[in-house]
Amino acid sequence: MTGTQIVPGERAIALLGGEANDANLRRYLHGIPGVDAVGLEQRAAGLGTRSIKTTSKAWALDRIIGLIDLTTLEGADTPGKVRSLVAKAVTPDPADPGCPRVAAVCVYGDMVGHAVQALGSAHGDPDQGKIAVAAVATAFPSGRASRSIKLEDTADAVAAGADEIDMVIDRGAFLAGRYGQVYDEIIAVKEACRRADGTSAHLKIILETGELNTYDNVRRASWLGILAGGDFIKTSTGKVAPAATLPVTLLMLEVVRDWHRLSGEKVGVKPAGGIRASKDAIKYLVTVAETVGEEWLTPHLFRFGASSLLNDVLMQRQKMTTGHYAGPDYVTID
Amino acid sequence: MSFLEYAPAPESQAILNLRSEYGLFIDGEFREGHGTPFASISPATEKHIATISTADAADVDAAVAAARRAYDRTWSRMSGADRGKYLFRIARLVQERSRELAVAESLDNGKPIKESRDVDVPLVAAWFFYYAGWADKLDHAGLGANPASLGVAAQVIPWNFPLLMLAWKIAPALAAGNTVVLKPAETTSLTALLFAEIVQQADLPPGVVNIITGAGATGVALVGHDDVNAVAFTGSTPVGRAIAKSVAGTNKKVTLELGGKAANIVFDDAPIDQAIEGIVNGIFFNQGHVCCAGSRLLVQESIHGEVVDRLKARLSTLRLGDPLDKNTDIGAINSSAQLDRIRALSDIGEAEGAERWTAECTIPENGFWFAPTIFTNVSTSHRIAQEEVFGPVLSVLTFRTPAEAIAKANNTPFGLSAGIWSDKGSRILAVADKLRAGVIWANTFNRFDPASPFGGYKESGYGREGGRHGIASYLTSGTPARPAVAAAVTKPKTVTKGATK
Amino acid sequence: MTRLAVPKTYKLYIGGAFPRSESGRTYEIVSAKGAFLANASKASRKDARDAVVAARAAVGGWSGATAYNRAQVLYRVAEILEGRRAQFVAEIVDAEGVSSAVATAQVDTAIDRWVWYAGWADKYAQVAGNANPVAGPYFNISVPEPTGVVAIIAPQDSSLLGLVSAVAPALVSGNTVVVVASETLPLSAISLSEVLATSDVPKGVVNVLTGSPAEIAPWLASHQDVNALDLVGAGALDWVDLQIAAADTLKRVLTPENGPDAAAPSLGRITAFVETKTVWHTKGLI
Repeated sequence: MTGTQIVPGERAIALLGGEANDANLRRYLHGIPGVDAVGLEQRAAGLGTRSIKTTSKAWALDRIIGLIDLTTLEGADTPGKVRSLVAKAVTPDPADPGCPRVAAVCVYGDMVGHAVQALGSAHGDPDQGKIAVAAVATAFPSGRASRSIKLEDTADAVAAGADEIDMVIDRGAFLAGRYGQVYDEIIAVKEACRRADGTSAHLKIILETGELNTYDNVRRASWLGILAGGDFIKTSTGKVAPAATLPVTLLMLEVVRDWHRLSGEKVGVKPAGGIRASKDAIKYLVTVAETVGEEWLTPHLFRFGASSLLNDVLMQRQKMTTGHYAGPDYVTID
Repeated sequence: MSFLEYAPAPESQAILNLRSEYGLFIDGEFREGHGTPFASISPATEKHIATISTADAADVDAAVAAARRAYDRTWSRMSGADRGKYLFRIARLVQERSRELAVAESLDNGKPIKESRDVDVPLVAAWFFYYAGWADKLDHAGLGANPASLGVAAQVIPWNFPLLMLAWKIAPALAAGNTVVLKPAETTSLTALLFAEIVQQADLPPGVVNIITGAGATGVALVGHDDVNAVAFTGSTPVGRAIAKSVAGTNKKVTLELGGKAANIVFDDAPIDQAIEGIVNGIFFNQGHVCCAGSRLLVQESIHGEVVDRLKARLSTLRLGDPLDKNTDIGAINSSAQLDRIRALSDIGEAEGAERWTAECTIPENGFWFAPTIFTNVSTSHRIAQEEVFGPVLSVLTFRTPAEAIAKANNTPFGLSAGIWSDKGSRILAVADKLRAGVIWANTFNRFDPASPFGGYKESGYGREGGRHGIASYLTSGTPARPAVAAAVTKPKTVTKGATK
Repeated sequence: MTRLAVPKTYKLYIGGAFPRSESGRTYEIVSAKGAFLANASKASRKDARDAVVAARAAVGGWSGATAYNRAQVLYRVAEILEGRRAQFVAEIVDAEGVSSAVATAQVDTAIDRWVWYAGWADKYAQVAGNANPVAGPYFNISVPEPTGVVAIIAPQDSSLLGLVSAVAPALVSGNTVVVVASETLPLSAISLSEVLATSDVPKGVVNVLTGSPAEIAPWLASHQDVNALDLVGAGALDWVDLQIAAADTLKRVLTPENGPDAAAPSLGRITAFVETKTVWHTKGLI
């Protein structure tokens, strides 16, 4: 899968009517309507009460699997661990050949080569039924490193065969109001995603919403990420609590919807971290469908960043097939 | 397959164990009424649910007499603590039977099960819990020491929140030490009769709660009965007006919770997505059958287009249909008469030149339905901007300045509720100060709580329900605050209200 | 040789001015012993209409004033009245035929009543209002507000105290008033208007009509721009009809009280003419 053909910065200049510096960005981002936390959370809770039955649920479970970025992001990751993860990604349920594959595996940059190798012919565009390799980059998860290190981190992963780069924004700069710096960095990383053949790795922008703290900040950071040319906006690294929540994801989807209304472009959303149960994942699908529309429920516009979610979904699938509740010993660990 | 085509998820009716006929609940027992029985139907299917008795004047007499006996012999002599315990029992029983009550309410009223399940019935239980605690604390209600109960309360409630309105009426009345005769609306008697069973299960002394069913004539007889001491009515302004006239010259203490035409004011700095949700919740909650519904949307002119676009997009995701389906957002209109009224007023709106937009949705073949509808280009002089439609119909008007918003919002004989949407706290408080309405929701709408007083200004009625104010509606003042007065001229006594001519 | 007295022309008090009745009518006021005291203006329905217009126009300013300010203004009425005790005592002795001591007691009680009610202006909301602990993330507060224009039929058997006892509590919260004075004892009402006119009470806040309550009251009871009706002194009228007329616009109504304790001072007289407004606002930290 290749990134969008957006020229970095083009979105912003058109909208801001001027250079994307701190002052112009601040003027724009602070002019966006605010978010009322209570109302947002109530709407999310309301979406969570939608009731899914039988056929819809079977479809939803398979779709969830197809939208998962199966993730391992541990200091203890090894080539063996990554191979195991890839095997799980390719064959989530050995007992059921009809079980769909996940969208991507998500690993640290130094593990990209191992993942690519392990995937072999399964490596490719998830829209074509293949599995992509996503790498976290830019001094993940804190993002506390110099610009050059972050760019090198990104370029390394792309060179190793990463299809997607999950970058973290500089939350420190964002909270200090240096929006221009955050913006410039995203542009630079996007540039670093470019391959020799002119194509680009897909760029996901991790806002780390747990550190941005307020919904107003999340909304502004979402706009900033989109303006700078992100293909996806992503909630969290998974290393900070709270990670993905339904209200935060709803809010980001609302920004994506508004951007689509404004520009006609479709930007993806990836809630990551903390989504462990099928029941919760289904609430996210409902939220996507009712906020931006069902056409967003494809791998290039929506992902779950998760590790344990997959097995819960597999257990639910088994339950639907057998009629009995499944147990964890009947699904494989990676 | 479209994911949004949620498979039907109907709540099972198996939980209901309804009788085919219901009598009147008088003196702790069900008995047949002497009037002509009537059928209660499901507005979503027009199918027969049960046959309900009609109370005639003799039945009203019997019910009031039962309430009087219970008041004199039992309830007024019981300790507040024990009255409270009975109310706590009722609250628990409501919680235990909540699913059954919710299904019955949706079946009988047509409201979506998610509302009866998540809003109406939980609030019913909360109302009894809240007022249960007041029963032995009346000295602290701010009315002076030893405030006294009134006696027998005649209570007439509407069809839009049948069980919830019952709770709003019965809970404070009983906590204050009164006994009640309550008449539910003709089209929605079912849950009141189920409540009568709960009263039996709670072992409430006979006659403390009496439920009589019937149409307007039964209500008139009840409210006009010489032996009632308090009248509480929720419903239309014309009926409220008639009640206010009928009790003139009597000592009956009256609370009236009547119609409304609430303005929902959206400023250009509003949290826009939440405002859209609030507008939707404000007028499409319970099919717009809400006296405090935000039926007049006042949008700052600079964001009118954007708000209307977003609103239309959002309305297109609303799901109209089977009230017992857990995914239904918009249920059935309660009766064919109400549907006729909504249609008539909407046609007038169109004829007056307002622009009509209706969300696309499939209307079921049977039952009473009205798709969510928005009128734009509405002026304050249009009838749809002045009259209560009591249906899922929103009129959109614009304003330019806060002062104009306030003036337009207040330009109505009603004064029940209003909404304000803005990110600017100081403006919200200043606008709230100037709106002539009893309940103001800022950055939210249609919130209810037993601790929060509810009621209107002007022709929206008087008296408050909920909170400390709600208990005062069922008590006389105790020893009032008074100055020490020189004895030469006046020897203060308790103010006697309603002295006869 | 005794000085020839200069008699006062008693007029109405509307919108801060002292007009004659637009109808040009007057009626004779006689003492308890039947002696001529003065000609009082006999207000017409159009005077009542004008008074309501003046009262409505004054609602914004008076209800919008700070409670502290209203308290000071009402206290100021007591101060000015205190300075004119002798005049009121003389007027009451003449009109009611009572002893100077009884008249003095009435005036003193009236003054003290202003003081008592003045003190309530910045307190009643604390007693009648509430912070409500709702089950959700909301700031929720209930505050009492004035209902608007209150029409009052003053107690008919009292020159001053009855009038003050009915008018003062309605003013405390910020209502404005159209009051029909005692038909037979109206002179002190007009003298009180002179006190009000010089006590920082904004024009239109109190409007005083003299004449026939039976003639004027129905127009006030049915007036669409009157929010509340105090029938305290209407016991001798067909007050049930007035209450029925008031129901057309769902006015808040207080029914007649008889005897010397009519309109006895109470917090209830203040809260009878207030509306409780409950404001919800979301509370969100993030």
